[in-house]
Amino acid sequence: MGLGAYIAVSAVLFAIGVVCIVARRNMIYVLMGIEMILNAANINFVAFNRFNGDAMDGRMFAIFVIILAAAEAAVALGIVLNVYHLFESIKPGDADLMRD
Amino acid sequence: MDDKLQKPFYALLGVVTLGLLGWGASSAGAQGVAFGLFTALTLGGSLICVWERSVVRSAFSLMGTFTGVAGLFLLLGADFLAVAQILIYVGGILALILFGVMLSPPDLAERKLSRVLGGLALMLGAVAWVGSKVAGTVTWATADVLPEPSTKVDEIGVGFLDPEGYVVPFELAAMILTVALVAAVYIARRKASDLTDPRAEERA
Repeated sequence: MGLGAYIAVSAVLFAIGVVCIVARRNMIYVLMGIEMILNAANINFVAFNRFNGDAMDGRMFAIFVIILAAAEAAVALGIVLNVYHLFESIKPGDADLMRD
Repeated sequence: MDDKLQKPFYALLGVVTLGLLGWGASSAGAQGVAFGLFTALTLGGSLICVWERSVVRSAFSLMGTFTGVAGLFLLLGADFLAVAQILIYVGGILALILFGVMLSPPDLAERKLSRVLGGLALMLGAVAWVGSKVAGTVTWATADVLPEPSTKVDEIGVGFLDPEGYVVPFELAAMILTVALVAAVYIARRKASDLTDPRAEERA
Protein backbone atom coordinates (compact mmCIF):
# COMPACT_ATOMS: atom_id res chain seq x y z
CA MET A 1 0.00 0.00 0.00
CA GLY A 2 1.33 3.39 -0.96
CA LEU A 3 1.31 6.57 1.03
CA GLY A 4 -1.74 7.85 -0.86
CA ALA A 5 -3.98 5.07 0.46
CA TYR A 6 -3.20 5.96 4.07
CA ILE A 7 -3.71 9.66 3.43
CA ALA A 8 -7.08 8.91 1.85
CA VAL A 9 -8.19 6.84 4.86
CA SER A 10 -7.14 9.57 7.27
CA ALA A 11 -8.89 12.27 5.21
CA VAL A 12 -12.17 10.34 5.23
CA LEU A 13 -11.85 9.64 8.97
CA PHE A 14 -11.28 13.36 9.56
CA ALA A 15 -14.37 14.23 7.51
CA ILE A 16 -16.54 11.79 9.48
CA GLY A 17 -15.15 13.21 12.74
CA VAL A 18 -16.13 16.74 11.71
CA VAL A 19 -19.64 15.52 10.84
CA CYS A 20 -19.82 13.81 14.25
CA ILE A 21 -19.01 17.12 15.98
CA VAL A 22 -21.26 19.33 13.87
CA ALA A 23 -24.29 17.18 13.09
CA ARG A 24 -25.09 15.70 16.50
CA ARG A 25 -26.57 17.73 19.37
CA ASN A 26 -24.84 15.96 22.25
CA MET A 27 -21.55 16.78 23.97
CA ILE A 28 -20.55 13.09 24.12
CA TYR A 29 -20.62 13.03 20.32
CA VAL A 30 -18.40 16.11 20.24
CA LEU A 31 -15.87 14.20 22.35
CA MET A 32 -16.05 11.16 20.08
CA GLY A 33 -15.62 13.33 16.99
CA ILE A 34 -12.52 14.94 18.48
CA GLU A 35 -11.04 11.50 19.14
CA MET A 36 -11.69 10.54 15.50
CA ILE A 37 -9.97 13.69 14.25
CA LEU A 38 -6.93 13.10 16.50
CA ASN A 39 -6.74 9.52 15.22
CA ALA A 40 -6.84 10.76 11.63
CA ALA A 41 -3.94 13.11 12.40
CA ASN A 42 -2.05 10.22 13.98
CA ILE A 43 -2.45 8.05 10.88
CA ASN A 44 -0.97 10.92 8.87
CA PHE A 45 1.99 11.34 11.23
CA VAL A 46 2.86 7.64 11.24
CA ALA A 47 2.33 7.20 7.47
CA PHE A 48 4.51 10.18 6.54
CA ASN A 49 7.12 8.97 9.02
CA ARG A 50 7.14 5.51 7.43
CA PHE A 51 7.39 6.79 3.88
CA ASN A 52 10.08 9.38 4.65
CA GLY A 53 12.93 7.21 5.83
CA ASP A 54 11.48 5.92 9.14
CA ALA A 55 13.30 8.50 11.28
CA MET A 56 11.04 8.06 14.37
CA ASP A 57 9.99 11.74 14.51
CA GLY A 58 6.44 11.12 13.28
CA ARG A 59 5.97 8.30 15.75
CA MET A 60 7.10 10.52 18.63
CA PHE A 61 4.57 13.17 17.61
CA ALA A 62 1.88 10.49 17.47
CA ILE A 63 2.74 9.42 21.02
CA PHE A 64 2.47 13.03 22.22
CA VAL A 65 -0.89 13.34 20.45
CA ILE A 66 -2.13 10.22 22.26
CA ILE A 67 -0.93 11.63 25.61
CA LEU A 68 -2.73 14.93 25.04
CA ALA A 69 -5.87 13.12 23.84
CA ALA A 70 -5.99 11.19 27.11
CA ALA A 71 -5.66 14.38 29.18
CA GLU A 72 -8.24 16.14 27.00
CA ALA A 73 -10.77 13.33 27.35
CA ALA A 74 -10.48 13.36 31.16
CA VAL A 75 -10.91 17.14 31.45
CA ALA A 76 -13.71 17.24 28.87
CA LEU A 77 -15.68 14.56 30.72
CA GLY A 78 -15.37 16.50 33.97
CA ILE A 79 -16.69 19.56 32.16
CA VAL A 80 -19.57 17.57 30.61
CA LEU A 81 -20.57 16.26 34.05
CA ASN A 82 -20.61 19.78 35.47
CA VAL A 83 -22.57 21.14 32.53
CA TYR A 84 -25.14 18.41 33.07
CA HIS A 85 -25.41 19.25 36.79
CA LEU A 86 -25.82 22.92 35.99
CA PHE A 87 -28.15 22.86 32.98
CA GLU A 88 -29.64 19.34 33.22
CA SER A 89 -28.86 18.91 29.54
CA ILE A 90 -25.77 18.00 27.53
CA LYS A 91 -26.77 19.70 24.33
CA PRO A 92 -23.95 22.08 23.36
CA GLY A 93 -26.46 24.84 22.60
CA ASP A 94 -27.97 24.78 26.08
CA ALA A 95 -24.80 25.89 27.85
CA ASP A 96 -25.28 29.60 27.21
CA LEU A 97 -24.44 31.34 30.52
CA MET A 98 -21.87 33.65 28.93
CA ARG A 99 -24.06 34.66 26.04
CA ASP A 100 -25.64 37.68 27.72
CA MET B 1 -38.44 6.55 8.21
CA ASP B 2 -35.37 6.15 10.38
CA ASP B 3 -35.79 2.44 10.98
CA LYS B 4 -36.41 1.78 7.31
CA LEU B 5 -32.96 3.15 6.47
CA GLN B 6 -31.19 1.03 9.11
CA LYS B 7 -30.97 -2.11 6.95
CA PRO B 8 -29.86 -0.38 3.72
CA PHE B 9 -27.18 1.48 5.70
CA TYR B 10 -25.65 -1.69 7.12
CA ALA B 11 -26.02 -3.47 3.76
CA LEU B 12 -24.13 -0.61 2.13
CA LEU B 13 -21.41 -0.87 4.79
CA GLY B 14 -21.09 -4.59 4.10
CA VAL B 15 -20.82 -4.09 0.36
CA VAL B 16 -18.20 -1.36 0.79
CA THR B 17 -16.23 -3.64 3.14
CA LEU B 18 -16.26 -6.47 0.59
CA GLY B 19 -15.23 -4.02 -2.12
CA LEU B 20 -12.32 -2.76 0.00
CA LEU B 21 -11.16 -6.32 0.72
CA GLY B 22 -11.35 -7.23 -2.96
CA TRP B 23 -9.51 -4.08 -4.02
CA GLY B 24 -6.79 -4.76 -1.42
CA ALA B 25 -6.42 -8.39 -2.50
CA SER B 26 -6.13 -7.48 -6.16
CA SER B 27 -3.68 -4.61 -5.65
CA ALA B 28 -1.31 -5.84 -2.93
CA GLY B 29 -2.08 -9.43 -1.94
CA ALA B 30 -2.19 -10.39 1.72
CA GLN B 31 -1.03 -6.99 2.93
CA GLY B 32 -3.71 -5.40 0.81
CA VAL B 33 -6.38 -7.60 2.40
CA ALA B 34 -5.16 -6.53 5.85
CA PHE B 35 -5.20 -2.89 4.77
CA GLY B 36 -8.75 -3.26 3.42
CA LEU B 37 -9.91 -4.95 6.61
CA PHE B 38 -8.43 -2.28 8.91
CA THR B 39 -9.70 0.51 6.68
CA ALA B 40 -13.20 -0.97 6.72
CA LEU B 41 -13.00 -1.33 10.52
CA THR B 42 -11.82 2.28 10.96
CA LEU B 43 -14.23 4.00 8.59
CA GLY B 44 -17.15 1.64 9.26
CA GLY B 45 -16.85 2.14 13.01
CA SER B 46 -16.81 5.90 12.68
CA LEU B 47 -19.73 5.88 10.21
CA ILE B 48 -21.81 3.75 12.59
CA CYS B 49 -20.84 6.16 15.38
CA VAL B 50 -22.30 9.11 13.46
CA TRP B 51 -25.28 7.11 12.27
CA GLU B 52 -26.62 5.33 15.36
CA ARG B 53 -29.23 6.97 17.57
CA SER B 54 -28.09 5.42 20.84
CA VAL B 55 -24.94 6.89 22.40
CA VAL B 56 -23.96 3.49 23.79
CA ARG B 57 -23.93 1.92 20.34
CA SER B 58 -21.92 4.84 19.01
CA ALA B 59 -19.39 4.51 21.83
CA PHE B 60 -18.96 0.79 21.18
CA SER B 61 -18.66 1.26 17.43
CA LEU B 62 -15.86 3.71 18.18
CA MET B 63 -13.97 0.67 19.46
CA GLY B 64 -13.87 -0.55 15.84
CA THR B 65 -12.36 2.75 14.77
CA PHE B 66 -9.63 2.66 17.41
CA THR B 67 -8.79 -0.99 16.74
CA GLY B 68 -8.67 -0.36 13.00
CA VAL B 69 -6.29 2.57 13.48
CA ALA B 70 -4.09 0.33 15.64
CA GLY B 71 -4.06 -2.18 12.78
CA LEU B 72 -3.02 0.54 10.32
CA PHE B 73 -0.17 1.45 12.70
CA LEU B 74 0.91 -2.21 12.64
CA LEU B 75 0.92 -2.17 8.83
CA LEU B 76 3.07 0.97 8.98
CA GLY B 77 5.61 -0.84 11.17
CA ALA B 78 4.84 1.10 14.36
CA ASP B 79 4.29 -1.84 16.72
CA PHE B 80 4.69 0.06 19.96
CA LEU B 81 2.27 2.74 18.84
CA ALA B 82 -0.32 0.11 17.88
CA VAL B 83 -0.16 -1.46 21.34
CA ALA B 84 -0.27 1.96 23.00
CA GLN B 85 -3.26 2.86 20.84
CA ILE B 86 -5.19 -0.22 22.00
CA LEU B 87 -4.18 0.28 25.65
CA ILE B 88 -4.98 3.98 25.83
CA TYR B 89 -7.87 4.41 23.42
CA VAL B 90 -9.75 1.11 23.66
CA GLY B 91 -8.87 0.54 27.30
CA GLY B 92 -8.88 4.06 28.65
CA ILE B 93 -10.61 6.74 26.62
CA LEU B 94 -13.44 4.45 25.52
CA ALA B 95 -14.13 3.46 29.14
CA LEU B 96 -14.11 7.16 30.03
CA ILE B 97 -16.62 7.92 27.26
CA LEU B 98 -18.82 5.05 28.43
CA PHE B 99 -18.81 6.50 31.94
CA GLY B 100 -19.88 9.81 30.42
CA VAL B 101 -22.69 7.99 28.60
CA MET B 102 -23.84 6.36 31.84
CA LEU B 103 -23.92 9.70 33.65
CA SER B 104 -25.92 11.52 31.00
CA PRO B 105 -29.60 11.22 30.05
CA PRO B 106 -30.60 9.13 27.02
CA ASP B 107 -32.03 11.16 24.20
CA LEU B 108 -33.03 8.98 21.27
CA ALA B 109 -34.75 11.82 19.43
CA GLU B 110 -31.59 13.91 19.17
CA ARG B 111 -30.31 12.60 15.84
CA LYS B 112 -31.54 14.49 12.80
CA LEU B 113 -30.99 12.19 9.86
CA SER B 114 -31.07 15.04 7.36
CA ARG B 115 -28.29 16.81 9.24
CA VAL B 116 -26.13 13.66 9.46
CA LEU B 117 -26.59 12.72 5.80
CA GLY B 118 -26.18 16.29 4.61
CA GLY B 119 -23.02 16.74 6.67
CA LEU B 120 -21.59 13.47 5.40
CA ALA B 121 -22.35 14.37 1.78
CA LEU B 122 -20.83 17.83 2.20
CA MET B 123 -17.63 16.71 3.97
CA LEU B 124 -17.03 13.62 1.82
CA GLY B 125 -17.63 15.72 -1.27
CA ALA B 126 -15.08 18.26 -0.01
CA VAL B 127 -12.57 15.48 0.68
CA ALA B 128 -13.14 14.00 -2.78
CA TRP B 129 -12.69 17.42 -4.42
CA VAL B 130 -9.47 18.22 -2.55
CA GLY B 131 -8.28 14.66 -3.12
CA SER B 132 -8.80 14.91 -6.86
CA LYS B 133 -6.91 18.22 -6.93
CA VAL B 134 -4.02 16.76 -4.91
CA ALA B 135 -3.89 13.44 -6.75
CA GLY B 136 -3.37 15.25 -10.04
CA THR B 137 -0.21 17.01 -8.88
CA VAL B 138 1.51 14.64 -6.44
CA THR B 139 3.25 11.34 -7.04
CA TRP B 140 2.98 9.22 -3.90
CA ALA B 141 5.73 7.01 -2.55
CA THR B 142 4.90 3.33 -2.88
CA ALA B 143 5.60 0.48 -0.51
CA ASP B 144 8.18 -1.38 -2.63
CA VAL B 145 10.97 1.16 -2.05
CA LEU B 146 10.69 1.14 1.75
CA PRO B 147 13.39 0.00 4.17
CA GLU B 148 12.54 -2.51 6.88
CA PRO B 149 10.72 -0.72 9.69
CA SER B 150 12.65 -0.42 12.91
CA THR B 151 10.59 -2.09 15.60
CA LYS B 152 12.91 -1.49 18.54
CA VAL B 153 11.05 0.03 21.47
CA ASP B 154 14.25 1.32 23.09
CA GLU B 155 14.66 3.81 20.23
CA ILE B 156 11.49 5.49 21.45
CA GLY B 157 12.82 5.61 25.02
CA VAL B 158 16.14 7.04 23.83
CA GLY B 159 14.24 9.57 21.73
CA PHE B 160 12.28 10.66 24.79
CA LEU B 161 15.27 11.10 27.07
CA ASP B 162 17.93 12.26 24.60
CA PRO B 163 18.75 15.96 25.14
CA GLU B 164 19.08 16.26 21.36
CA GLY B 165 15.69 14.59 21.01
CA TYR B 166 12.41 15.11 22.77
CA VAL B 167 13.27 15.51 26.45
CA VAL B 168 11.63 18.95 26.80
CA PRO B 169 8.29 17.93 25.20
CA PHE B 170 8.46 14.74 27.28
CA GLU B 171 8.74 16.69 30.54
CA LEU B 172 6.06 19.10 29.35
CA ALA B 173 3.74 16.19 28.57
CA ALA B 174 4.35 14.83 32.07
CA MET B 175 3.47 18.22 33.57
CA ILE B 176 0.36 18.55 31.42
CA LEU B 177 -0.85 15.06 32.32
CA THR B 178 -0.41 15.72 36.03
CA VAL B 179 -2.09 19.11 35.94
CA ALA B 180 -4.91 17.98 33.63
CA LEU B 181 -5.75 14.85 35.59
CA VAL B 182 -5.72 16.60 38.97
CA ALA B 183 -7.86 19.36 37.49
CA ALA B 184 -10.25 16.81 35.97
CA VAL B 185 -10.71 15.13 39.36
CA TYR B 186 -11.23 18.52 41.01
CA ILE B 187 -13.79 19.66 38.44
CA ALA B 188 -15.70 16.38 38.42
CA ARG B 189 -15.86 16.07 42.22
CA ARG B 190 -17.43 19.47 42.91
CA LYS B 191 -20.81 19.11 44.55
CA ALA B 192 -23.87 20.10 42.56
CA SER B 193 -24.80 22.55 45.34
CA ASP B 194 -21.57 24.48 44.71
CA LEU B 195 -22.72 25.25 41.20
CA THR B 196 -25.46 27.78 40.78
CA ASP B 197 -27.30 28.71 37.64
CA PRO B 198 -28.30 32.37 38.00
CA ARG B 199 -31.23 31.80 35.69
CA ALA B 200 -32.55 28.62 37.28
CA GLU B 201 -35.96 30.11 38.16
CA GLU B 202 -36.35 31.60 34.72
CA ARG B 203 -35.48 28.25 33.18
CA ALA B 204 -37.94 26.39 35.40
